[in-house]
Amino acid sequence: MGEREYDAGSYVPPAEVEEMELVHPKTFIGKYIWSQDAKVIAIQYGITATAIGLVALVLSILMRLQLGFPNSVSLIDPSSYLQYVTMHGMIMVVYLLTALFLGGFGNYLIPLMCGARDMAFPYLNMISYWVYLASVLILVAGFFIPGGSTGAGWTLYPPQAINPGTPGVDGGIILMLVSLAVFIIGFTMGGLNYVVTVLQARTRGMTLMRLPLTVWGIFMATVMALLAFPALLVAALMMLLDRLLGTSFFMPEMLSMGETAQREGGSPLLFQHLFWFFGHPEVYIVALPAFGIVSDLIATHARKNIFGYRMMVWAIIIIGALSFVVWAHHMYVSGMNPYFGFLFATTTLIIAVPTAIKVYNWILTLWRGNIHMTVPMLFAIGFLFTFVNGGLSGLFLGNVTVDVPLSDTYFVVGHFHMVMAVAPILVIFGAIYHWYPKITGRMLNDTLGMIHFWVTFLGTYAIYYPMHFIGLEGVPRRYFAYGETTFISDSVQALNAAITIAAIIVALAQLLFLFNLAWSYFRGRESGPNPWHATTLEWQTPHTPPRHGNFGEELPVVYRWPYDYSVPGAKHDFIPQNVPPEEVER
Amino acid sequence: MAMAIVLIVLALGSVAFYFFSPWNLTPLASNWGAIDGTIDITFWVTGAVFVAINLFMAVAILRYRYKQHKRAHYQPENKKLEAWLTALTTIGIAALLAPGLFVWGAFVTVPEDAHEVEVIGQQWHWSYRFPGEDGEFGAVRMGLVGNGNFFGVDPEDSRGQDDVLVQSPRVLLPIDRPVKVTLRSRDVLHNFKVPQFRAKMDAIPGQASYFWFTPTKLGEFEAVCAELCGVAHFAMRGRVDVVEQAAFDDWLAEQPTFGDLAAREPGDTEAGAELYVRCVACHGPQGGGQQATNAPRLAGLDAGYLTRQLHNFRDGVRGTHDGDRFGQQMRAFAMSLQGEGDIRDIAAYIETLPIEPARSTITGDAQRGERLYRTCANCHGAQGQGMPAFNAPRLAGMNDWYLVRQLHHFRDGIRGRHPQDIYGSQMVDMAQILVDDSALRDVVAYISSLSEAPTVTGGDQGSEEG
Repeated sequence: MGEREYDAGSYVPPAEVEEMELVHPKTFIGKYIWSQDAKVIAIQYGITATAIGLVALVLSILMRLQLGFPNSVSLIDPSSYLQYVTMHGMIMVVYLLTALFLGGFGNYLIPLMCGARDMAFPYLNMISYWVYLASVLILVAGFFIPGGSTGAGWTLYPPQAINPGTPGVDGGIILMLVSLAVFIIGFTMGGLNYVVTVLQARTRGMTLMRLPLTVWGIFMATVMALLAFPALLVAALMMLLDRLLGTSFFMPEMLSMGETAQREGGSPLLFQHLFWFFGHPEVYIVALPAFGIVSDLIATHARKNIFGYRMMVWAIIIIGALSFVVWAHHMYVSGMNPYFGFLFATTTLIIAVPTAIKVYNWILTLWRGNIHMTVPMLFAIGFLFTFVNGGLSGLFLGNVTVDVPLSDTYFVVGHFHMVMAVAPILVIFGAIYHWYPKITGRMLNDTLGMIHFWVTFLGTYAIYYPMHFIGLEGVPRRYFAYGETTFISDSVQALNAAITIAAIIVALAQLLFLFNLAWSYFRGRESGPNPWHATTLEWQTPHTPPRHGNFGEELPVVYRWPYDYSVPGAKHDFIPQNVPPEEVER
Repeated sequence: MAMAIVLIVLALGSVAFYFFSPWNLTPLASNWGAIDGTIDITFWVTGAVFVAINLFMAVAILRYRYKQHKRAHYQPENKKLEAWLTALTTIGIAALLAPGLFVWGAFVTVPEDAHEVEVIGQQWHWSYRFPGEDGEFGAVRMGLVGNGNFFGVDPEDSRGQDDVLVQSPRVLLPIDRPVKVTLRSRDVLHNFKVPQFRAKMDAIPGQASYFWFTPTKLGEFEAVCAELCGVAHFAMRGRVDVVEQAAFDDWLAEQPTFGDLAAREPGDTEAGAELYVRCVACHGPQGGGQQATNAPRLAGLDAGYLTRQLHNFRDGVRGTHDGDRFGQQMRAFAMSLQGEGDIRDIAAYIETLPIEPARSTITGDAQRGERLYRTCANCHGAQGQGMPAFNAPRLAGMNDWYLVRQLHHFRDGIRGRHPQDIYGSQMVDMAQILVDDSALRDVVAYISSLSEAPTVTGGDQGSEEG
């Protein structure tokens, strides 16, 4: 490499990026409600997702109170327990994580990081949010109708999802399926926008291999979501037909409440295949944006280029592709032809290789860095620890034989919360601490941030790590109460009580975070345009927060990759992407 | 600094937790030691990687913490290192996968000498079928369920005539003989799981699935449902008793075949009427029950439930707990009945007695009770009419003071805790939803308001055996 920077050149492709015509409304409603500015839409997504996520958090505490103190807390009964299990899972996976990563961070960061004025189709982008909001309201309506929301589990497996004996079979399941269909419609509008923007609206010099990994992660996740969600849409529509018109897509000849039901010939397993063809990629739809964002957090706060950038990009692409051929590892004990186990165990374990490479590259980025222990960096390291733990426990469940005794136990609950709940949430927190100064012009309070981090990081580990071991003992999941099950040792109840207490503490710590968001908005220290001395384009805007159109009069031109930190010979320890080689201060 | 220490403590603490936590695999009771072996391999490999990565990270954080005048190293990539890491990871993954696939090969291959049992799941209990002397199961169709054919066995299929039907959630299996477990479901997904056997599989309506294992330890093992199957999923329990071959053979010979059940004579109500004379003093001439003698109403109960309870009293499954004084009285009477025939006759007679609504003696909040009752309705019926197919007795029109007492007994483990009382044990779990005395009274107050419910008898739904 010598004295020259990696991938820096004065050569910039001559292609002119066409200037966009933006709608500049004058009224408050035009600016902040019916807004077509991707940044405002991002905030709208963020607030909605956070609000519904808080509902799901409250549900989880209600469930934990039942599990921790089954004989002294009488807040819920077996029906509401299952309803809360279902709504908690679906809200967290789809309506919080997917919406927040793609609709929230995607909208805010894609145009800014690509050097675009806005999304490719701003009007469609606006509609996408309002359709998402409608889907959330339809979902929430389930709480208020007679019979309540569905209690079929977030996997919504038929026949039980639409059979009496499951809570919410009257209206709850219909609202759930309609809400999912509406969500997918809204997401498709947004998703096409993100893909087209990344492919078509990058500024001059911003080649694909100069995109920050954040954009790569969100881009690939969006492509996957556009391919995976249709399977869920189809499954939801088929189940709606089964429920409303009495078709039998998923319903075989069977009994319902002890009587023969008028069904024939359907296959419950067909639904599971459709669901997991969506459901497994969904895991990576949440994980890839987290992978991308955490790469940028680590590089920026360790003042070091991301190690093996090209390998990181290819790992994202390979993980995205492979995640479409591993779905049946969720079905090892589903009763499908057991010979599938050989194939899906193999593909599943292969996907561990590119994932492991990403982990190596993150920790090798820390190695020989100059690590600032800022709040975003704490969260990034918290993510690494949690993700490594959750990823390794995935090697148990992905390996078909090992999965047999562990599936449907608390081992699974511990694993997926670690890998796709806590890990991505830690990244989301880190990202908010990192980009809040750009969004508001003010820094979040560090002390509150530190407390928030330590309670959340240690608290969630205390919640989920021990769960693996009661799962090893065989404790089944989705149980309202355990009574005196012979194989469950008495100490499990004590552990459940301890986990509940930890969960309550972690939940309270999130109030501290919300307070910090509100307080710092008015009282936080002014941040200036680039408080972290970062290289990517969103920190180089002429205004902070960036105005509609992002970059003022002229779009930036990109001369280098996004990770020129600590370049030998340069005066500063970072060179922004839009600085030409001849203007670098030596 | 703090972060590095925390990482080291967490990494090593997690490993220590594995060694010292009181929670681990249940003691193995089947041939699947190889599954435990794959779990152990995975623990060792992942544990080593977990510690190595976190210690490396901790060292990096310590060594390269921020110093104002220091610069980070500039190294965009290192192809050689990346290739090495990729190769090593691939080898590690292969080392995990290979044993897994090898054992899976054994898992999907049922030994030729395996005998067969079919496990049938239904909301929310288990039943079983053995293929009988011909070694083959008869065809089943859910459309045929009803009219005494609880399993839906095709009467036209000659292979089904000798199928042995076990309608109780308890099954016996002989030790040291491989068994192929075929799974079916009558309604929704279930999963038959005995943790000590390691192997398990979902039961799916409309198709059969299977797994196999060899029980290697004598004893009683609790089976649970491991696939969400509705509101009482948590209370769906079964039991596998692993016994010597001879004991298994004896037990199996006692169980009725499909042919036996189809040919069975209904109970003789006239003989039953004569036998009922001894019940009159306490339960009243029309089986209406009397609070003064603490004898509950019998009229309206289906023959299946009555038969089961009389067996329970006679065999000491019910009425032996110190807290159940009136049950102890009943036990003496039940023991005076002579054998199977008497019990069937008297139950058949009681089923013919007319139902009159009982006077209510309990006050409670029936509205709150209605909400609580939704859970009960799945088995006992929306009108409290009882569902013999679910082994759930009628509640509507029964004496409310008796219901309150029994719910107390279930909740406090006075009734239903006997290992043979499997439906009672399910009620012990279900009664947990009634968290305090007022909830208990509320639900009974609601049940009292249901006394107009239509009559359902067990005769046409297949009556309960044992």
